[in-house]
Amino acid sequence: MTDGFQPRRRGGVVATFSGFEADLLRSLASQLIELLRDEAAVPSTEIDPFEALLDFSGPTTAPEDPVLARLFPAAYRDDDEAAGEFRRFTETQLRSGKAANAGAVIDVLEEAGLPSELDETGLTIDVELSPGEAASWMKALTDMRLALATRLGIEEGDEDYWDSLPEDDPRSHVHDIYDWLAFLQETLVRAVSD
Amino acid sequence: MSAPSPVEYEESAVEEAVAHDRPWQTVVWNDPVNLMSYVTFVFQQYFGFSKKKAEKLMLQVHHDGRCIVSSGTREEMERDVQAMHEYGLWATLEKVDD
Repeated sequence: MTDGFQPRRRGGVVATFSGFEADLLRSLASQLIELLRDEAAVPSTEIDPFEALLDFSGPTTAPEDPVLARLFPAAYRDDDEAAGEFRRFTETQLRSGKAANAGAVIDVLEEAGLPSELDETGLTIDVELSPGEAASWMKALTDMRLALATRLGIEEGDEDYWDSLPEDDPRSHVHDIYDWLAFLQETLVRAVSD
Repeated sequence: MSAPSPVEYEESAVEEAVAHDRPWQTVVWNDPVNLMSYVTFVFQQYFGFSKKKAEKLMLQVHHDGRCIVSSGTREEMERDVQAMHEYGLWATLEKVDD
């Protein structure tokens, strides 16, 4: 298992992943990209179709998918109209930024030698992140954790509950991945701050 | 030689001007997912806070459920909220209480 990220003397950070770990990260990043593209960031259909075609701005209502709703929370708590306006001007950009961060994770892993189909065991992937790539990874790891937490229904102080799940419960496995991402994130933050 | 005559402002007028200048604030809310180290890092990196100040604000979010991280014009606060959402933090903006 990976030891996480370490600072490099000349700046940037490094980590070594097993082929399985690298493949898992790529799979999570791809799912995130798919989700970000899935529910198209388009304005509501109440307006004139011709106008809609000319309107390149974003949506005004919160995404229906709970993960997307967490990734793009309302900016105003008690003002739906202002929240809608904010969303219209920011969500498209936020979505593409998050997709680009997840894409950076995939690019780094593949450039470091992760094959498109993982079929050999014993493969190790050494990644080296520039400060810019480290920033993208940090945000992408956060978004993956937010996505998993939303799907699992993670709440404050519920660690005992997750520990008590039987090992064959699929949620237990997903929670292990969630914890592993936290470990990676923790080492990445520390390595970048050193 | 002459010195410019001192201009006296009424204190309340100055306070009002300051409040008028920074009428909005950005609030970061606690969530069960983001790591304390990461939230501290974001506060340092984006707002340029010292580690000490960033940690203090992070703990405030953790214990009180929310914390004001910046104040300014509505436009500036919308920028800060957008940046927090980029980082995956849960942030909102609101009017400063009169």
